[in-house]
Amino acid sequence: MSWHNTPIALMAKALAAKEVSSTELTQYFLGRIEAGKRWNAYLDVNAHLSLEQANKADQLISSGKSGKLTGIPVAHKDVFVTRGWSSTAASKILAGYQSPFDATVVANLGIPDENNPHGAGMVCLGKTNMDEFAMGSSNENSAFGPVLNPWNAAHVAGGSSGGSAAAVAAGLAPIATGTDTGGSIRQPAAFCGLTGIKPSYGRVSRYGMIAYASSLDQAGPMGKTAEDCALLLSAMSSHDPRDSTSLADSGEDYGRHLNQNWKEENANPAKPLEGLRIGLPKEFFAEGLASDVAKSVNEAAKLLENLGATLLEVSLPKTKLSIPVYYVLAPAEASSNLSRFDGVRYGYRANEYRDLNDMYAKSRTEGFGPEVKRRIMIGTYVLCHGYYDAYYLQAQKIRRIIAADFQGAFNQCDVILGPVAPDVAWRLGEKSKDPVQMYLEDIYTLSTNLAGLPAMSVPCGFNANNLPIGMQLIGNYFSEARLLQVAHQYQQASDWHLRQASEVA
Amino acid sequence: MKLDDVQRIAHLSRLELNQAEAEAVLSQLQAIFSLVEEMQAFDTTGLEPLAHPILFLRDLAQPMRVDQVTESDNRAENMKSAPAQHDGYFLVPKVIE
Repeated sequence: MSWHNTPIALMAKALAAKEVSSTELTQYFLGRIEAGKRWNAYLDVNAHLSLEQANKADQLISSGKSGKLTGIPVAHKDVFVTRGWSSTAASKILAGYQSPFDATVVANLGIPDENNPHGAGMVCLGKTNMDEFAMGSSNENSAFGPVLNPWNAAHVAGGSSGGSAAAVAAGLAPIATGTDTGGSIRQPAAFCGLTGIKPSYGRVSRYGMIAYASSLDQAGPMGKTAEDCALLLSAMSSHDPRDSTSLADSGEDYGRHLNQNWKEENANPAKPLEGLRIGLPKEFFAEGLASDVAKSVNEAAKLLENLGATLLEVSLPKTKLSIPVYYVLAPAEASSNLSRFDGVRYGYRANEYRDLNDMYAKSRTEGFGPEVKRRIMIGTYVLCHGYYDAYYLQAQKIRRIIAADFQGAFNQCDVILGPVAPDVAWRLGEKSKDPVQMYLEDIYTLSTNLAGLPAMSVPCGFNANNLPIGMQLIGNYFSEARLLQVAHQYQQASDWHLRQASEVA
Repeated sequence: MKLDDVQRIAHLSRLELNQAEAEAVLSQLQAIFSLVEEMQAFDTTGLEPLAHPILFLRDLAQPMRVDQVTESDNRAENMKSAPAQHDGYFLVPKVIE
């Protein structure tokens, strides 16, 4: 049985029917991880710990105490702290760091015990590679080497959740967690042919998620299908008193609309999306978008129209401004968040230094990579006395306009559709020398983080070189279940999400 | 932005840059800030800054918890990743003579 081609929704049925055990599944994926090292998707794997969890999951299943996800393996982005596996955020400054606790996301998905009675019973396969502290769009900023794209090893996997994306695309995990501060779930999902969703800000607890830009960071699932993402997100999302921005109304069945028609009263099975108004922002299809990406996204729009949806043009006039706004606000928050790395309480400490201040500076200089240093310095600069109003405050004011522009669009439509990224996965090294060129690639994903809206990436085609193309669906606040419904209906009528990279047997 | 500015920000960030690194960073930061300058053309008079996406939707009441001890003593586990320690304390270079 090729379990790596099996969506977790079917894996759950096989486990419930005792056709396979969690231990067998875990051994299967550990074997594939061992054989698939060349993708550099994982930073830490511990077969003993994984199999111990699988054994507990099997006991839960045999004693009838299992839930929907019990026994299914999952890979965690290395930004989530975990007991047992090291937690590094792909930074040298945290190399080998052993967390004394589990992130809420890890606990919510993990094996239940007396301290964690509501754990979903999933088995951790290990920690996936990423851009250092989630700063990057290609996974080339990892201190432990870039992740390769399973569709073409000469290309990047995208970032920052590139390890999670490559792990699922290469069949080294059936599903994985990711985080998205400016596109870090959606863009690698698009580059690797996966489905991923960044929920509304506040849906998923940030407790134990190593912070990059706290007002933008949000976790979500990356998998093969919208249905799989709905299953994982339902288990990830909860109200968490340990995260002050966690919403009290979080935690719901995000899959509840999957197989429904958009309008309940609609009885036409050929037009399940009748009544759905899809807005295409003209700024997302303007200059800079690769023609093959535009073609695939337009064909996806046509298919959605065939399913009953109505297409209309909308406008998000500040789309281009979201790049400077984001690259002021995110570094400002990062410079503050990363001040905790001082070589005193945990993490890397330089070997030689003169005094305390020298120890801070040398530890940080030797511990952080170039992109992280760059963003810390940008953030420090925009928060400086004399520049604060012109940069930081100005960016926050435009942020309000960006959020308001979305509400203007949502007065006309229910869901916004566009590309995830201007192009497909680029070649390794192609953009890593020029930070600005890399930042421009985030143009279609940044604004939803600034506004805190849910958005997802859904496979919708391939370019001439057989590299995956993703479309982006953006919904209004707390409409995740509706976004997943649209994506699921699309996936019932298309097979892009089922394609497998030829290099992946 | 000049080379002096780069060294000043690096110092404030507790990062060290040698001359060659500072020059490379200067040209990168100049390119980034020429992008950032695009914001200045936009008139934001009278607009309230938005620090947090949820504030766009609703007032975010500061969640309060009951004032009782919820954490147990995790000192030994918390000290495990300390680069240097002694008797359960973090060790740093001497700061007071």
